Amino acid sequence: MQVNDSGLPADVAAAVLTRDKERVPLLAIFRVFFTIGATSFGGGLTGWIHRETVTQRGWLTHEQFLSGLALGQVLPGANVTNLAVYIGQLLRGAPGAIIAVVSVLAAPFFLCIGLALIYEDATRIPGFHAAMDGIAAAAVGMILRLGYMGAKSGCNRLATGSVALAVFLAIGVAQWPLFPVIAVAAPLSVWFAWPRGGGAHA
Amino acid sequence: MRDNPYFGLMWVLIPFSLVSVGGGPSIFAPLQHQTVDVWHWISAREFVDLFAIARTAPGPGAMLTTLIGWKVAGWSGALVATVSLFGPASILCYGVARIYDRYRGHPWHTALERGLAPVAVGLIFAGALSVLRLSGGRPLTWIVALASGLALGYWSKLHPFIILFAGAAMFIAAFVLGWG
Repeated sequence: MQVNDSGLPADVAAAVLTRDKERVPLLAIFRVFFTIGATSFGGGLTGWIHRETVTQRGWLTHEQFLSGLALGQVLPGANVTNLAVYIGQLLRGAPGAIIAVVSVLAAPFFLCIGLALIYEDATRIPGFHAAMDGIAAAAVGMILRLGYMGAKSGCNRLATGSVALAVFLAIGVAQWPLFPVIAVAAPLSVWFAWPRGGGAHA
Repeated sequence: MRDNPYFGLMWVLIPFSLVSVGGGPSIFAPLQHQTVDVWHWISAREFVDLFAIARTAPGPGAMLTTLIGWKVAGWSGALVATVSLFGPASILCYGVARIYDRYRGHPWHTALERGLAPVAVGLIFAGALSVLRLSGGRPLTWIVALASGLALGYWSKLHPFIILFAGAAMFIAAFVLGWG
């Protein structure tokens, strides 16, 4: 962890770390993902994972995070577990991936069964649902923040901005099925980003 | 083999794992059909309750399958269900991530990374909208979501716990004042 303590910018530190994967201890991966799993009420996990791994620790760059997030959403599986697998793999290979995904699910496993055991009683507490809804709403704020940061860095051109907007309208507003939308949008977007020798008509 | 609850859970959940694009929501409808109508593990009412519990507890909404496994065969059923649902998809994701990582630095890898970023941004905002929709679309939900997003932007060191706690506090206040 000397790299982080040296005060290097997050993206530089992550570039160094990516070359020397031994620097992120498995215990640190466990601690981060276990905490996120244990407190991820309301589904705001991606925003929190970004904060802990990119902003706070510089384990990976913003771009690496976003492409991992997109990969995880295209592939089957919960977005959060896929993201955990991706980040764990990036940092420490197979052991990192296993630790990340197991630790992000460990606390929710016991907490959801625990809640099932007391659910009848818990719902009778006045304000229980209100508190849960409030946590979920605040967690959405973390997702919005992540989207804003992603838009600022990754969608600063007309082409990339249009792709992001089109995906949002198709999936979020029109609620079209995910797969066909991604099958069209992703290749198009990658084509826009493809390195060209100049004079491209994109 | 159909009498063994563990094999039953694996039989139903492993295929769901590999088609659950976008996570839990994409498989909830067929999952309900299989667990309620086909296998009679739980009643329709129990399915809805378990769904609410999975959404209330931390973790992905697909933890609903953990609860179904728990109903079917206790703690070991919960474990079998969780591994069956999250295992295959995670292994697939690991394979793809590995291949993806191996080509780091190649021009096409950079293009893929840059090209996928705006797709992810679109999906992030779509995801935020779907959570807002699930929560009933009350104005207070939107206000708290926007306020917490802005607060995180303004104070980047702010701990997420404070944000979540403030959200809960505002909703409880609204509940007490009768605005809910």
